[in-house]
Amino acid sequence: MNQLTNFTKGFVKENPVFVLLLGMCPTLGTTTSAINGLGMGLATTFVLVMGNVVISLVKNIIPAKVRIPSYIVIIASFVTMVDLSMEGFLPALHAQLGLFIPLIVVNCIVLGRAEAFASKNTVAASFVDGLGMGLGFAFALTLLGAAREILGSGKVFGMVLFPDKYAMLIFVLAPGAFIALGYLTAVMNRLAKKSK
Amino acid sequence: MAKESTFKNMTITLLTITLLSSASLGIVYSLTEEPINEAKNAKVNDAVSKVLPEFDNMPTSQKFEREVDGGKITFYPATKGGKPVGTAIQTFTKNGFGGQIDLMVGFLPNSTIHAIEVIEHKETPGLGDKMERGKSKFSVQFQGKNPSEFKLSVRKDGGNVDAITASTISSRAYCEAVQRAYDAFITEGDIK
Repeated sequence: MNQLTNFTKGFVKENPVFVLLLGMCPTLGTTTSAINGLGMGLATTFVLVMGNVVISLVKNIIPAKVRIPSYIVIIASFVTMVDLSMEGFLPALHAQLGLFIPLIVVNCIVLGRAEAFASKNTVAASFVDGLGMGLGFAFALTLLGAAREILGSGKVFGMVLFPDKYAMLIFVLAPGAFIALGYLTAVMNRLAKKSK
Repeated sequence: MAKESTFKNMTITLLTITLLSSASLGIVYSLTEEPINEAKNAKVNDAVSKVLPEFDNMPTSQKFEREVDGGKITFYPATKGGKPVGTAIQTFTKNGFGGQIDLMVGFLPNSTIHAIEVIEHKETPGLGDKMERGKSKFSVQFQGKNPSEFKLSVRKDGGNVDAITASTISSRAYCEAVQRAYDAFITEGDIK
């Protein structure tokens, strides 16, 4: 597999949200607006890239029986770093996402990529894989966030498109997240099928 | 591929990994400690100046605290030319839809509410977060009202407050926090 397909598979063929359907908790919970989705996606990307790189570096030193706890500790350290840095330097975003950042640790995508990819591939390939998967995740979350924000409050990235009395409040709430995700998944899979 | 697992190498690996990660977390913590505290202080200072009329002292350096209902209420007295112009009170409620809500309520010396600012909350985005000033007119209705005649509870409960649509719990909690600030202000009111 060359590096380009390695990178692009995270967007279309193996998009973590629309195809693999992994990491649904942060996907549904944080995508009330486009900017929240983007923030969460980028935080996860950072953890994915760093986690993948470090794990592929140490994959030959770690005994097979303790690999999962080792991966979790490595991932959790990066998540805590993201949490602390975000609280310090982006307090406004942290106020919105703070609750969900620690949950990146248990996001199946992160551990999934560590186990399925980084522990079997080179550092460079793992870096590209983490970046592709992370950006694919960020892209999906931003798209979902934008769709919910437009339908639910008539805004996108905080810019008003139409007065919110015409908006459907349900899309900001939890049921709207499921509905929007279902339709977006259907559309994305249709498009992916066509392009094949 | 991964090495064969023995008791010795598993112990050593786990110990090394946890040591390294705690060391790196320690470094990140010490780097971000200051900005985090600064951001929190900036938020409080900002709220103090937003809820009070013009003043020329440093309310944050004259603050004092009181224990109320198992929580902490902080007073920030403001003066202008030596005369008291109001008090900002940091109050709280634990009954929000998402847990604790921290508010900054500014009282004029005659116990009229001047303005209210939300410091921290975990209410539902798009619903309960309309309590923030600028997101809806909810907090504006308290301005210029004196809680001795303006009943601080939502209309559903027989009060004078128009609740946020679909966020009665958040609105109730908000009122409770303001009421707590008012009670504390009246109890401590004679000190200034």
